[in-house]
Amino acid sequence: MRAGVVVFPGSNCDRDMAVALKNAGFDVSMIWHKNTDLPSGLDVIAIPGGFSFGDYLRVGAIAARSPICQSVIRFADEGGYVFGVCNGFQVLTETGLLPGALLRNAGLKYVCRHESLTVRSTNSAYTGGYSAGQQITVPIAHHDGNYNLPQDDVARLFDEDRVAFTYDNNPNGSVADIAGVLSENRRVLGMMPHPERLAEEAHGGTDGKPFFANLFDQFVSA
Amino acid sequence: MKARVYVMLKNGVLDPQGAAVQHALGALGFDGVSGVRQGKVIELDLAGTDADAAKAQVTEMCEKLLANTVIENYSIEIV
Repeated sequence: MRAGVVVFPGSNCDRDMAVALKNAGFDVSMIWHKNTDLPSGLDVIAIPGGFSFGDYLRVGAIAARSPICQSVIRFADEGGYVFGVCNGFQVLTETGLLPGALLRNAGLKYVCRHESLTVRSTNSAYTGGYSAGQQITVPIAHHDGNYNLPQDDVARLFDEDRVAFTYDNNPNGSVADIAGVLSENRRVLGMMPHPERLAEEAHGGTDGKPFFANLFDQFVSA
Repeated sequence: MKARVYVMLKNGVLDPQGAAVQHALGALGFDGVSGVRQGKVIELDLAGTDADAAKAQVTEMCEKLLANTVIENYSIEIV
């Protein structure tokens, strides 16, 4: 099972992400943003957290137009699995693979703390290892995590069971407490909280571990 | 030729920075500011001389990069 982690100038959670994927059993390739081609045989691509291109213009905007992202978009369009965490979520909304946009936190402050989430949808490769309604603790660390989407689209996301996670104590003003969303085909996921930061005992918690374990199992059983 | 692009959050999209600026103006004693929206201005130096062609080109730039039309509106001024 092969995973790729895209690295932009300013990515800073790429190696944490690689460790979490390796621990789950994946062979991991790091993919530099200037590459135009993806390594062959990838099962899943991760877009990590950080401050790609210094968050210039808009968070994730420049990264979403980089050469590698055009290949990531094609990979997703062909049914590939892609997930983005934190800045990776911002990048995926900027590519249009996920709906909505992430704005400055409503409180205008950078927020870095453990956050309680509720698992809303277990119907995805990423969330199938949790039970519906389960509360998990996952760290957040962001300044622009305020998820914005028109109300009609919010209702549609819930109707289609595409809200993966919600915050129990909304830290950033996100509409309907949304912390993570799925694409229409359920294979692209974006979330602000960092499951890779709480995925082994040494981290002080393992609530992020089922995320990666279930993802790996998805491809083993496929 | 210069083009100036104004990018603003759409009406209805909460602008916490604008709200903070409004609050600060109130704290400084400026009464009667009933709303503040913060946006950005992007100036482009363009090689061509045809204003219509420039406007078309900058419109494409806005759609592809300069604005996120999910949350932002833009307007273009050819100077």
